[in-house]
Amino acid sequence: MQLRSRHLLGLEGVTNDEIGLILDTAVSFKKVLERPIPKVPTLRGKTVVNLFFEPSTRTRFSFELAEKRLSADSVNFSASTSSVLKGETLKDTVKNIEAMRIDFVVMRHSAAGSCYFVAQHVNAAVINAGDGAHEHPTQGLLDMMTLREKMTKLEGLKVVIVGDIEHSRVARSNIFGLKTMGAQVGICGPATLIPREVEQWGVTVFPHIEDALAEADVLNVLRIQLERQKGGLFPSLREYRSLYGITRERLDRLAKEITIMHPGPINRGVEIDSDVADGDYSVILNQVTNGVAVRMAVLYLLAGGRPKLKE
Amino acid sequence: MKIKAELMDRQSINRTLLRLTHEILEKNRGIKNLVIVGIRNRGDCLARRMIKIIQEIERVKIPLGILDITLYRDDFQRLADSPVVQETNIPLDITDQKVVLVDDVLYTGRTIRAALDALIDFGRPALIQLAVLVDRGHRELPIKADYVGKNVPTAADEQVQVKLKEVDGEDKVLLMVP
Repeated sequence: MQLRSRHLLGLEGVTNDEIGLILDTAVSFKKVLERPIPKVPTLRGKTVVNLFFEPSTRTRFSFELAEKRLSADSVNFSASTSSVLKGETLKDTVKNIEAMRIDFVVMRHSAAGSCYFVAQHVNAAVINAGDGAHEHPTQGLLDMMTLREKMTKLEGLKVVIVGDIEHSRVARSNIFGLKTMGAQVGICGPATLIPREVEQWGVTVFPHIEDALAEADVLNVLRIQLERQKGGLFPSLREYRSLYGITRERLDRLAKEITIMHPGPINRGVEIDSDVADGDYSVILNQVTNGVAVRMAVLYLLAGGRPKLKE
Repeated sequence: MKIKAELMDRQSINRTLLRLTHEILEKNRGIKNLVIVGIRNRGDCLARRMIKIIQEIERVKIPLGILDITLYRDDFQRLADSPVVQETNIPLDITDQKVVLVDDVLYTGRTIRAALDALIDFGRPALIQLAVLVDRGHRELPIKADYVGKNVPTAADEQVQVKLKEVDGEDKVLLMVP
């Protein structure tokens, strides 16, 4: 069993078996992280460039750690300290980096589809670490790993994603991945933040949080980007909290436990309350731990299955 | 590949494991600080059987470790496909323990090299010994087993197949020719 693509650009189109393989491999890598020396020599001699055109702490840190745990050499690139400021194009930046013999490009960019563009122009394997509002596949995978760990299987699980679906790459990757794995996916948020193409995704839309809570086994609470409110998509953070905020009172009214996820960073007191984020049913920190294992699995699987490049 | 000869059957495998286990106990003067670590995917079954034999002799169950050496292979860069990574489970701190590594066939020695690297990432054992069911020669590294079930002279293009009940449904060692 092998991944069919030599890049990971998104979870759309990735098969059930492929996702299963990545998640199983990640479980083995999680064990590696628990060893006295949490490092293996597998990717010695491979070089990874972490190409971040957009700020990120958690994802970049997590990728970097995954690379180091596999003994790959990694170099970091952030747009704010590079020639991008001097007007260099994306293609030139990438071509130049590749001329230094890079095996992997881990890339985050504010433009959707930028990773596809790069993948067409380089021989290195490209891993999407978030492209605009398109996809963030490793986040989708680590969310699924965390859920599978807690609930044993994804099939039949009811997951509701709450918040700004329209601008969220995390939502898209979760929806594609979870649907492939046989979960039932719902979304909930202000109508202005629900994308138009939602009907094609086969998800249930819940206009009211109470209906979503009644249905869900799991809530994946998205970060409300504060700048969206300035764009007039919802009136105020206070109103957002009162209509969609995940509060202790809302959860206490239910006769069941709901597992709480959040991709971070959290706006405490806006989309989720502190006592929920830090509560018993929260798996938010498990998500972070699993992120490193999932990224190791992706790097490992893409490193071996590389068809011979230019002969 | 065709079968050239049946080298061992169920009974001879059992007798050989019994002898190997006695040799391990003799050389290490008992079971103090002894840990048996089997290499996937058959060494772990053999290790489990040896622990059972020790339990029958000494009335004590000594710890079992299972090693998957995939992440330590020296041919990773040359493989077309990433091999499946299975779980490694070393249930105790092996520092200052006597570790007996168990594998089914000793051939080039590269698996054992990988296993030694993997083990040492878990701690600093007092010593590491190697027990194998079959030694078929053709070493590519300076590695030698401490306990050998059966020495089998082979040609390089032949294959030694160890079949075990736990994995293959039967106990048998076969010599295969192309």
